[in-house]
Amino acid sequence: MTVLEVKNIEKHFGSTKVLKDVSFSLEEGNALAIIGSSGSGKTTLLRCLNFLEKPNQGMILVKGNAVFDASRPVKMTEQELRRKRLHFGMVFQAFHLFPQYTALENVTLAEKLLSQERADYKGNKKQILDEITEHGRGLLDQMGLADRASHYPHQLSGGQQQRVAIARALALKPDILCFDEPTSALDPELTGEVLKVIRGLADQKTTMIIVTHEMAFARDVADQIIFMDEGYIVEQGEAKQVIDHPKEERTRQFLSRYSQG
Amino acid sequence: MFGTVTLELMKGLWTTFQVFILTLIFSLPIGLVLGIGSTSRWKILRYVIQMFVWIIRGTPLMLQLIIIFYGPGLWLGRNIWSGNEAGRITATVVAFVINYACYFSVIFRGGIEGVPVGQREAGQVLGMTKSQIFFKITLLQMVKRVVPPMSNEVITLVKDTSLARIIAAYELTFAGFSFMKSAGITWPLFYTGVFYLAFIGILTLLFNYIEKKLDYFR
Repeated sequence: MTVLEVKNIEKHFGSTKVLKDVSFSLEEGNALAIIGSSGSGKTTLLRCLNFLEKPNQGMILVKGNAVFDASRPVKMTEQELRRKRLHFGMVFQAFHLFPQYTALENVTLAEKLLSQERADYKGNKKQILDEITEHGRGLLDQMGLADRASHYPHQLSGGQQQRVAIARALALKPDILCFDEPTSALDPELTGEVLKVIRGLADQKTTMIIVTHEMAFARDVADQIIFMDEGYIVEQGEAKQVIDHPKEERTRQFLSRYSQG
Repeated sequence: MFGTVTLELMKGLWTTFQVFILTLIFSLPIGLVLGIGSTSRWKILRYVIQMFVWIIRGTPLMLQLIIIFYGPGLWLGRNIWSGNEAGRITATVVAFVINYACYFSVIFRGGIEGVPVGQREAGQVLGMTKSQIFFKITLLQMVKRVVPPMSNEVITLVKDTSLARIIAAYELTFAGFSFMKSAGITWPLFYTGVFYLAFIGILTLLFNYIEKKLDYFR
């Protein structure tokens, strides 16, 4: 099933066009890697999907339903916007964990707040909150952080913080999990533990979009790869195909710069 | 004599304390609202607040106090503050609240802007409402940032209460000074200083405690 369709997205900041006619789709259970040099529009694309930026043109469909359509501008209520956002999870380059909450609280906060809107919240408050805490513990366990549940972010290494951030994003069970250069802010010796977790998610058929500079990782873990340059999608296709036998000259140039470095 | 002086100074301290505490109670929330307003996307609101803060911070508190206490009587032909001590304290509190709300608003604005944008965005992508993001994420991080500059302002406030003497409110400095005028003795002035030192000493301990309480996160 096609989970996500992005159609002809354009985005400009002032007179600078950052995204130009970007279209792609994503099947359920697939991982899509987006590669490209800095400033190619990768991050902006993810931010558009998470409604942190508003595209100037184009359409975004999740499971066949338009969550965004620039040709039909409608004033969304905060409630509608929040519902639409929940289709997507987002893992930021700089983690953005909430410093005043423990690892476990970071993971469970949003779900707890959301549960207050449930009709049965008042009667079953304790049970609901216990379930959410259990769910959060399970996610931290899955990230290999069971023993770090009550640590505050500043007591964790960068790799551990990013894994908490991944658990936090998974907690709301998004249809599509987005990663914005998840290892770029980490020391080289810490990237491995985060990549391993993402690989594990791919093995469990989590639908993902990963913006990354880790070419070997993208090749191994992603099903599809998109190469972006100057706001355009230059090439997209099956992951190993794009990395090993790129069709476009610009993709070749980009990849050769990486293999040399 | 020592007993008499102590008693009078206690009387003055009570007025000082009332002005202090009432000013805090009202100027903190007003300052917060002004602080949030001055980060608003609405330009006109920002300019109006900026202008107001400029006027209040740009003129002496003593001048503002004189205008607020005597102005209404001269313009309206009747004194809106009752002529007794309570009236003078009320007028002082009104002037102080306006003045301190402006100073606090700037501190709060700095606190709000000091919280990284990523914190708000992380809340947004997790489907939180604006008010949840403010109360559950931004607020405490902001409080942590504003505690040190806030402690400065609050300590200044204690000493600024002595300005109320200009409209004859019987606050601590006035009480100490009265003995110099009536009996020609100066030691009550130093004794008055001890009262201020004790007051501010307690506040300093309180602020250290708050800072320590918020030390568990960074």
